[in-house]
Amino acid sequence: MGIDLKTIKHISKLSRISVNEQKAEKLMNDLNSIFEFIEKLNELKTDKVEPLTSVAETTLKLRSDDVKSQNIRDQIIKNSPQDNEDYFVVPKVIE
Amino acid sequence: MSDITKQTLSELVENVKNKKLSSEEITKAFIQRSEKSKNLNTYITENYLDALDKAKKFDKNPNMNLKLPGIPIAVKDLFCTKDIRTTAGSKILDNFFPTYESTVTQNIWNEGAILLGKLNCDEFAMGSSNETSFFGNVQNPIDKNLVPGGSSGGSAAALAGQLTPVTIGTDTGGSIRQPASFTGTVGLKPTYGSCSRYGIVAFASSLDQAGPMAQNVKDCALLQEVISSYDSKDSTSIDFKRNEYSKELTNNIKGKKIGIPKEYRVEGMPKEIEELWQKGIQYAKDCGAEIINISLPNTNYALPTYYIVAPAEASSNLARYDGVKYGFRAKGKNLIDMYEKTRSEGFGAEVQRRIMIGTYVLSSGYYDAYYLKAQKVRKLIKNDFDEAYKKVDAILTPSTPSSAFKIGEKKDDPVSMYLNDIFTVPVNLAGLPGISIPAGHDSKGYPLGLQIIGKAFDEQNILNIAYSMEEKINFKNKITDWWIK
Repeated sequence: MGIDLKTIKHISKLSRISVNEQKAEKLMNDLNSIFEFIEKLNELKTDKVEPLTSVAETTLKLRSDDVKSQNIRDQIIKNSPQDNEDYFVVPKVIE
Repeated sequence: MSDITKQTLSELVENVKNKKLSSEEITKAFIQRSEKSKNLNTYITENYLDALDKAKKFDKNPNMNLKLPGIPIAVKDLFCTKDIRTTAGSKILDNFFPTYESTVTQNIWNEGAILLGKLNCDEFAMGSSNETSFFGNVQNPIDKNLVPGGSSGGSAAALAGQLTPVTIGTDTGGSIRQPASFTGTVGLKPTYGSCSRYGIVAFASSLDQAGPMAQNVKDCALLQEVISSYDSKDSTSIDFKRNEYSKELTNNIKGKKIGIPKEYRVEGMPKEIEELWQKGIQYAKDCGAEIINISLPNTNYALPTYYIVAPAEASSNLARYDGVKYGFRAKGKNLIDMYEKTRSEGFGAEVQRRIMIGTYVLSSGYYDAYYLKAQKVRKLIKNDFDEAYKKVDAILTPSTPSSAFKIGEKKDDPVSMYLNDIFTVPVNLAGLPGISIPAGHDSKGYPLGLQIIGKAFDEQNILNIAYSMEEKINFKNKITDWWIK
């Protein structure tokens, strides 16, 4: 089963990564050679196998729902590419 | 002074405790050598001034009860370090200054160590040669234009080049063990859940583990003892009794049963690797271990499984890089356009490739065929190990199917690059501990490693086997300082 350019465009949209024609072509070839290698898994019958959900068979611990970080607005905003001191700024969303 | 950087971690600790060396002397020596070694390109961010400051402070009021008293250490740039730039080797985090510290690095500083700097790695730890880093490839101190392996390539090169006495890396499919093998050093990937993932830039969360890299097994055991801890901030951290690995280290492995899996004799494996493995089996026998042939029948399916599971988790983890809250942002006509351009310009080719694979295998209509299938095969791979461990205490294999290759050699062929991890990936899929120790050289004089795989939480056992074999192997790394003019 080959991956065509249309599929690449669809995945790129889902991934929120823009691709031009040249890049799409390259990605198509790369992904096809990788999936050719991945298709090997179809040799195995797995109808009756339970999928692995965790390598460590432990149950998650419970903890109380306490507030641990308070008044850290400055820390949160610190690395933002654009802000107005109180909020993250993004391109206009509502017309 | 010049021979300070040649000392092992254990020797340096001893010399500090006996007041033969000060933290400042040691820190200066590693900084001076690092300054002369810029063309290896191991550092992304240097922390020299701050390190010297901390060293002087330590010397004024030394606490000799600590395990790493005043020892300078450089770490992979995948660990978040508070107020010190953390890039994960990516343009998208080029200007990211964490406001918190990873638990693993905090554990190291709590024992008296000092941060020397942040080391180069493949972008988001996705790579086997350090060539996917936004900050350029790293030179292997073993030879010019040779890759140091990856993704912890900067860590391995800095360690082998004596720019740091020990270091830490992360291992998702072999990223500690393969570069250790390529540089003649020791690298341990601990059991999943042994070291906290809190504050480590995430790649594939069900596979990622931090681990120590060192010049010898004893140093490796000491660092593992420091970094491994139960941490409530990582919900997959496991609360088990951790050993004092370095104190409990013994070379007595008489009667230990070591399994040799026939499926690791892969097609096209160079004769030198087969010979190394045979030598390794003999060393293990000489150490008093019993050799038992075993079978791990689904080994061949480990890489295809990994290349579904890891990209799937990566595509989900890397969804957070949207140019809004932190990191690089590209200009866009509207919000969606901004996202798409930010991610297209901010991520490198390999990262984009893996996000695409992951998005595809998780997308509607393909989930069952790929992701669910892979999780089922992953179960079979884990079952293989469970079955084998009914008969043996540990498993011995080569670390990699070849020695280090030239820069550029495999860059344009992703599948051939992925094949590098054929012996290491099954260990991550099953969540087991594995250690790579240097065991010989190939005809070109490049180091080759052997891997010892243990049962879950049985780090002490594989460290002991490695320690015992290390004595017999008596490996000497050939470092000529060719890069220092």
